[in-house]
Amino acid sequence: MALLEVQDLEIAVRTKGKLLPVVQGVSFDVDDNETLGIVGESGCGKSLTALAIMGLLGGTTVRITGGNIRFDGMDLLTLSDGERRSIMGNRMAMIFQEPMTSLNPVYRIGDQIIENIRQHQKMTNAQARDRAVELLSLVRIPNPSERVDSFPHQMSGGQRQRVMIAMALSCDPKLLIADEPTTALDVTVQKEVLDLMADLQTRMGTAIVLISHDLGVISETCDKVAVMYRGRVVEAAATENLFTELAHPYTRGLLNSIPVVDSDVDWLEAIPGRVPTLEEELTGCAFHPRCALVTKLCATTVPQEIEYKPGHSVRCHFSGKVAP
Amino acid sequence: MTEPLLRVIDLKTHFRIKASWMFGEKQLIKAVDGVSFDIAPGEVLSLVGESGCGKSTVGRTLTHLDQATSGRALFEGQDFLVMSPIEFRPLRREIQMIFQDPFASLNPRLKIEQTLGEPLFIHGLCKTWDEARAKIAVMLETVGMDPLVMKRHPHEFSGGQRQRIGIARVMILKPKLVIADEAVSALDVSIQAQVLNLLKKLQQDSGVSMLFISHDLGVVRHISDQVAVMHEGKIVEIGRKRQIFEAPQHEYTRKLLESIPRVKIGKEVA
Repeated sequence: MALLEVQDLEIAVRTKGKLLPVVQGVSFDVDDNETLGIVGESGCGKSLTALAIMGLLGGTTVRITGGNIRFDGMDLLTLSDGERRSIMGNRMAMIFQEPMTSLNPVYRIGDQIIENIRQHQKMTNAQARDRAVELLSLVRIPNPSERVDSFPHQMSGGQRQRVMIAMALSCDPKLLIADEPTTALDVTVQKEVLDLMADLQTRMGTAIVLISHDLGVISETCDKVAVMYRGRVVEAAATENLFTELAHPYTRGLLNSIPVVDSDVDWLEAIPGRVPTLEEELTGCAFHPRCALVTKLCATTVPQEIEYKPGHSVRCHFSGKVAP
Repeated sequence: MTEPLLRVIDLKTHFRIKASWMFGEKQLIKAVDGVSFDIAPGEVLSLVGESGCGKSTVGRTLTHLDQATSGRALFEGQDFLVMSPIEFRPLRREIQMIFQDPFASLNPRLKIEQTLGEPLFIHGLCKTWDEARAKIAVMLETVGMDPLVMKRHPHEFSGGQRQRIGIARVMILKPKLVIADEAVSALDVSIQAQVLNLLKKLQQDSGVSMLFISHDLGVVRHISDQVAVMHEGKIVEIGRKRQIFEAPQHEYTRKLLESIPRVKIGKEVA
């Protein structure tokens, strides 16, 4: 049994009295010491999936309407609030995208780390402070014993993201969910942060779910990848297989859309059209209005998930006919 | 040797800021600190660098949005940094800017035809609305949109469509130089590719020169003829695109290129 198992997850948003499905039948699992990448464009449901795992979908507008999420054998969706609180930030932690807005600007960063540690572990304030300094040096903040008393605005974006990582790691989580952790950062800083996460993983054996829109980041850091399009996982495989033998036209389109730094092309093969909005009702495969391989079948029938190669699943009626 | 359309010589833009609101010890920020480059007619020069390197300030200084501290910028041989706002006005048509955020750069209260029509009247390119609408219709088709959208408001469009409208607003004036500051950075990859293709096609068809400001080296490689790498207010390396990407000389350029995560296909690097 894997550490995290997500099965047939369904999430819906309530707008104007209607329930619109935003995540449909999403399944994946992640094991210790493994990194799963979830890739897709805005609105594909990747962040909502992460929030669902962390139990952060509250209220009446966005809610989980089906499926289950198991972490270390526990069913996360039936936990009481108290039980959930004892796991989140402790055995499971999340790094958010915005290092600028996810730290509280009026508290010193040390105090914010200490708060999380003391919430979950029996420690005196002084012990927790030592631990905070240790964590800051772990994420390579220079002069950690002084910087522990800094306010967020006194740090750069890269440093703040490291503080977020330090906070997430403060209780040695078994699972780390990182939602676009480097998107707001410069490339050189991004490299440092990604290297740091990989290094911490080898040392502590953490399982990581990395959510990103950047195929390069996914390719360099993940063991396996799930590609999402409008609420569904359309293709999933081990990273090296996905990019070598990709079977879904959307994955191919994404890959062709990226201007690469190592070669010249005259024109990018862009995917025509745009990502459909939530309100648009789509029958059949959600990608069919933009797909070059489209047939009548695509417009009427939702493709089932099939095993294209061992360990490589895809949702497309024409998987395998995608140009290499 | 053709005369450059734009020649920037030792441009400096410094800002004086107070270190704290109360104890006013003034600090000097050298955002742009001695930058020189030429753009020939019909060429695309990219300024690439990380946040805070001063690349956007160069663009803002050249459009009079920030004031230059020293240095010269010649447009067809004329130094326009020293011009008064009124003297600069005719050049505003010729030097146009595309902004990053497609959600903030269109006036939400104006219909698309007003947004595109206003500059036509200001610069005296049209006398009547019939004339203007005809031009707007042609322009909207050029950027891949239905001319009927001119009756609608910005909120009805997606980010990619808004950026197309932003490009239409610039190109309708037939400028000689377009300054594009992170023009595709806010878009999803599949939409970014469409808009990049559009920009490249418009640039090639109209022969407009472009100063393309971006942090994304992949995008820069795709669109540029020349590339200037900026770091801490200075250009550390400038040259033809192939030279910068295939034989980078400066350590910082190499570091930037090495830092980019790449998609690995099979055993080789794509």
